[in-house]
Amino acid sequence: MARRTVTCTINGIHREYSVDVRASLSDMLRGQGGLDSIKHGCDVGECGACTVLIDGQPFNSCIYLAIWAEGKTILTLEGLSDKKGAISDIQQAFIDEGAVQCGFCTPGFIMASIPIITRDEVASRDEIRKQVAGNLCRCTGYDKIINAIEKTQHKRIEEKQAK
Amino acid sequence: MYDIKNLYEPKSVQEALSLRKEHPEALVLAGGSDILIQIREGKLAGCDLISIFALDELRGICLEDDGTLLIRPLASFTDVVMHPLIQKHMPVLGEAVEQIGGPQIRNIGTIGGNICNGVTSADSAGTLKAYDAILEIASLEGTRVLPYAQFNLKPGKVDLRPGEILTGIRIPKASYENTYAHFIKYAMRRAMDIATLSCSVNVRLTDDKMSIDRLRIAFGVAAPTPIRARTAETSAKGHPLNEELINKVAKGALSDVMPRTSWRASKEFRLHLVEELARRATITSIEKAGGKING
Repeated sequence: MARRTVTCTINGIHREYSVDVRASLSDMLRGQGGLDSIKHGCDVGECGACTVLIDGQPFNSCIYLAIWAEGKTILTLEGLSDKKGAISDIQQAFIDEGAVQCGFCTPGFIMASIPIITRDEVASRDEIRKQVAGNLCRCTGYDKIINAIEKTQHKRIEEKQAK
Repeated sequence: MYDIKNLYEPKSVQEALSLRKEHPEALVLAGGSDILIQIREGKLAGCDLISIFALDELRGICLEDDGTLLIRPLASFTDVVMHPLIQKHMPVLGEAVEQIGGPQIRNIGTIGGNICNGVTSADSAGTLKAYDAILEIASLEGTRVLPYAQFNLKPGKVDLRPGEILTGIRIPKASYENTYAHFIKYAMRRAMDIATLSCSVNVRLTDDKMSIDRLRIAFGVAAPTPIRARTAETSAKGHPLNEELINKVAKGALSDVMPRTSWRASKEFRLHLVEELARRATITSIEKAGGKING
């Protein structure tokens, strides 16, 4: 089958991969990029476990062709850690709030929440729910996940105001 | 890995049209939120695809010189929701497509794909029908213009001939100007769900805001394809804003639809929804227009 070279930026690093044109972005990121935070859950865009940010917006990488990533800037959960490998505030909030049980959905939820936690206006719980409506969790009952996102958003806004 | 036989990647619309002519069996792949899933399900396994996703000339929303609103087919649902021209001139379209799937699906799904699929439940379809959208369809032979009203031939089948690609969706100024609209999607869940029934209404009141100048109403999942309810519309023309008007629209709509029983809902329940959603969407549209019922 035909192959293509895909050039893109993944977690701040310029990457070039040779991919089968039939590959999904999740195939490329997990298989060639070794980014195991991306989960193959449903593989049909319903569960959100494979969510990554493409040019700042959340996408299901399972229903996105790898060749479409040409020239794009991609962020996965691995890209949230700092240079020393310390986890980010949103990841810590998921731990503190008990928003992680089996953990399979967690990377997807965290990536889907980024547009909310990076914005300057306070989001209501309803808005947070809407932002993560494309992600499924079978363990937590969602409340703790919403708590973790809400807490991080408030914390970040306070930090910005303190500056 | 997707089970795709051949994948063609045109670099321009012109090249895409040539590929359409050369490979009439190949499907046009826009955002892929239907086609890629059907490949996974096996329904479309082994198909040939022409991916137009990278063709930025088919993206974007703008206002033409005569005030016509032009939506390019690869505009994502998120693009439609966020675009200032939609928010200003046709906010109901954003309100409708904001109810599709979840954020990830709205980022990848396109408005062109939504209507070219030809399904009756497409959330953008009712509103585009109710606004008399006009489609621009291109082929190597040239461009033809087709009212969206004539586009759906039967469930899942639209009037796109071999060699053709949808290149534009237009809403004339006379269609959106001074209209106030409301869309209701009735579904079992608030996200990630297909409409059990949907209704899109828009009204233009007379200058004194005492009666209807023009009312347009369309439904999704009330017939094999998205449809306008012409009886309801005719009965509303020139009608004063009162209870009788709302009843005429709601009852009129019943004579225009032909829902069926599916695993989602029975025909009887859908008929009930047709009447009730028509009523509610009409009342809200009139209120948004500044009209008072029984005022």
